[in-house]
Amino acid sequence: MKNLTLIKMSIIALLFYSCGSGNNERNTLSTPADSEPEVPQSIAEGKGIGEIKEVNLEEELDADMVKMGKSIYDMKCSACHKLTDQRVVGPGFQGVTNRRKPEWIMNMITNVDVMLEEDPEARAMLEECLTRMPNQNVSVGDARNILEFFRENDEEKTGNKDQANS
Amino acid sequence: MILYKNALLLLLPVFLIGLVACNNRDSSQLIHGDAAQQAYVPPGEYDEFYAFLSGGYSGQITVYGLPSGRLFKEIPVFSQYPENGYGYSEETKNMFNTSYGFVPWDDSHHIELSQQNGEFDGRWLFVNGNNTPRIARIDLTTFETVEILEIPDVAGLHCSPFITENSEYLVSGTRFSVPIPQEDVPIDTYKENFKGLINYVSLDQEHGHMDLAFQIEMPGFNYDLARNGKAVSHGWSFLTTYNSEQARTLLEVNASQMDKDLMAIVNWKKAEEYLAAGKFTERETSYYHNLMDEGSGIVNSEEKTITKILDPKECPDMVYFIPVPKSPHGCDIDPSGEYIVGNGKLSADMSVYSFSEIMQAIEEENFDGEFDGIPIINYEAGLHGIVQKPGLGPLHTEFDGRGNAYTTFFISSEVVKWDVESKEILDRQSTFYSPGHLVIPGGETRKPNGKYLVAMNKITKDRFLPTGPEMMHSAQLFDISGEKMKLILDFPTKAEPHYAQAIEAEKLMANSKKFYPIEDNTHPHATLGEGNSRVEREGDEVHVYMTAMRSHLAPDNIEGIKVGDKVFFHLTNLEQDWDVPHGFAMQGATNAELLVMPGQTRTLLWEPKRVGVFAFYCTDFCSALHQEMSGYARVSPQGSNVPLKWGLNEELSDNQEAANTFYEQAKARASQ
Repeated sequence: MKNLTLIKMSIIALLFYSCGSGNNERNTLSTPADSEPEVPQSIAEGKGIGEIKEVNLEEELDADMVKMGKSIYDMKCSACHKLTDQRVVGPGFQGVTNRRKPEWIMNMITNVDVMLEEDPEARAMLEECLTRMPNQNVSVGDARNILEFFRENDEEKTGNKDQANS
Repeated sequence: MILYKNALLLLLPVFLIGLVACNNRDSSQLIHGDAAQQAYVPPGEYDEFYAFLSGGYSGQITVYGLPSGRLFKEIPVFSQYPENGYGYSEETKNMFNTSYGFVPWDDSHHIELSQQNGEFDGRWLFVNGNNTPRIARIDLTTFETVEILEIPDVAGLHCSPFITENSEYLVSGTRFSVPIPQEDVPIDTYKENFKGLINYVSLDQEHGHMDLAFQIEMPGFNYDLARNGKAVSHGWSFLTTYNSEQARTLLEVNASQMDKDLMAIVNWKKAEEYLAAGKFTERETSYYHNLMDEGSGIVNSEEKTITKILDPKECPDMVYFIPVPKSPHGCDIDPSGEYIVGNGKLSADMSVYSFSEIMQAIEEENFDGEFDGIPIINYEAGLHGIVQKPGLGPLHTEFDGRGNAYTTFFISSEVVKWDVESKEILDRQSTFYSPGHLVIPGGETRKPNGKYLVAMNKITKDRFLPTGPEMMHSAQLFDISGEKMKLILDFPTKAEPHYAQAIEAEKLMANSKKFYPIEDNTHPHATLGEGNSRVEREGDEVHVYMTAMRSHLAPDNIEGIKVGDKVFFHLTNLEQDWDVPHGFAMQGATNAELLVMPGQTRTLLWEPKRVGVFAFYCTDFCSALHQEMSGYARVSPQGSNVPLKWGLNEELSDNQEAANTFYEQAKARASQ
């Protein structure tokens, strides 16, 4: 019977282990594996990880995109993020385009589950905020609109935008 | 995985000994073989089939996986469901409207999946409400009840809702004949005053919306079960009836006097012609049609007042009868559409009819008289043959697509496999105990998947650990891929399943919705973004426009509510991810809770009766901070002048320094 219990326990442990990556509520951060895995280049470049590889920005803001971005922000993001530098559930958005590259911002919006596992900056923020950012199923196109809105917000609040994009 | 297999091997003998000990009827079939492995679906892997079981007196539908027998979901249909607010929320309570008023319960019996070309297409699921006659439609992308249509002037809609092979119609018949229209008459005037109806509900092919197309006025029998023709017999319906004696009391004896009852045979293509030619009469009646709007999730209820009646006396060649052995029940048609099995519950033999022989008999007018102007086809002329003494109490038959039929026998408690063409009996296996319906995936269609068979038993007794006088029903899963049926699993089923249908998992999985896109939410009280959350007063109605997002409700502090107000909490779940419902429970609410799916809006009415401050909270463990997802509603006396006020964290949102301190402290507490 003792053996059986041991076997059962190892099965349970095995299952928990293998389920980890898909679990949205896992707040503890796993320790890195023994052999240091290679960091993807996009992460090393501060662009995060995901579908968005390269974003080209025009200096001038696109008013329609800003408007659409704001409406999506109001509906899907504003419950946790304010437009100032004040943290609520997640960090405030003021100055975000001066801190993060546009690719990183859009990957965080569209690929949050992978970002929170693999991108060190995103993981550090999870440790800071202690609540996992949910996947809000924002399309790439809508994420681009949100980025445009962030740029406008930054210009308005800080007089600067896109400072991380250099 | 190797470890796991070892554990299973260790457990297996224990399991088998357990079964052998409580089952002295037929243990041999379990001792040899690899039964447990066949029904075993390893953790993280999927079942091959979805099985939809009706709930009987629960009024609901349950969804199981095959071969594992695991329960995945209970879909509320005809009964209110406080667990998620179905039938309690303002959006869904209209689903229960009938011509009798709000009827919050029913008895669901027969499941029908939608079909195209005689195969399941995985779009919709239909089920009948027996008691207050209704048919419901379930959307198989959301597994939610989206429509209920009442059927007028019938009673006990047992014979329902049988679908045609391209989902043109759902066919049903009255189980209890009644006066039409209803009137105050002595019950012993049954023969003069009581009538039966066969109903054809048409389906809108794009949306599945149901409409009562026409009703056929029939003699006052008890219409029991039906099937529609397929392939060669497409365009025809077959309905068993009992009580051709037209008894009205002690039916157990008085409706079993004659050697044979009658099966009704309807040419519905002909009925369509008569309808188009205007050979119908319109009758005033009352019935309700309740339909959920896709964008808002709100159920709209409409009373209908006209039904179109076709009278077989005025419409020749539309309806026939053929005799069936004593008190028939099931009426099932093989995949080719040629053979129709009529099971007489009280007969020792089973009659198998041939569609082509029936057509020839009609052509040659080979009739044995008529009933109420409806010709009765000569029994022998329509017969393919008789299955001699297959067992006692034949009820229902399904097919495996390899030329075999499988029939349940209630009295002798077994499933019998027989060859449709030769009528030879090939195998019999006991079930535990007394099966009603059985199901083979696609077993009533043109393309059965003859791998498994589930017998749904009416009696459980000693099958499981005892749970007092009331128990779950037992189901038995058989592997029917070989020559002999092999029992591989017992599993308990909720309430009392009658019929069930099973479909290949891949036909549904890909279409299963994960959440409701919030951009498509057209609910008039939706709050699309936390910035729009607010409280409004209109007279004594207070509307709370509330949002839910892990892990807070907004607003979470509400003041200015007074005793006597009607408070409507319109909760919108702003999440857009799979499996993140939020719940909403209000202390003292006399209805239920809400369970709101991502992107959805649901409304709970609260009528506070006492002064005080009352808590509300999220009931679905949604995140690490779920326990914090709560709030307060202050209730002031009637006539008080406490102003309407609402908020979420005003202090922190107004004061950046306070917010930062708050978070530093929270972080410190969390890391301790």
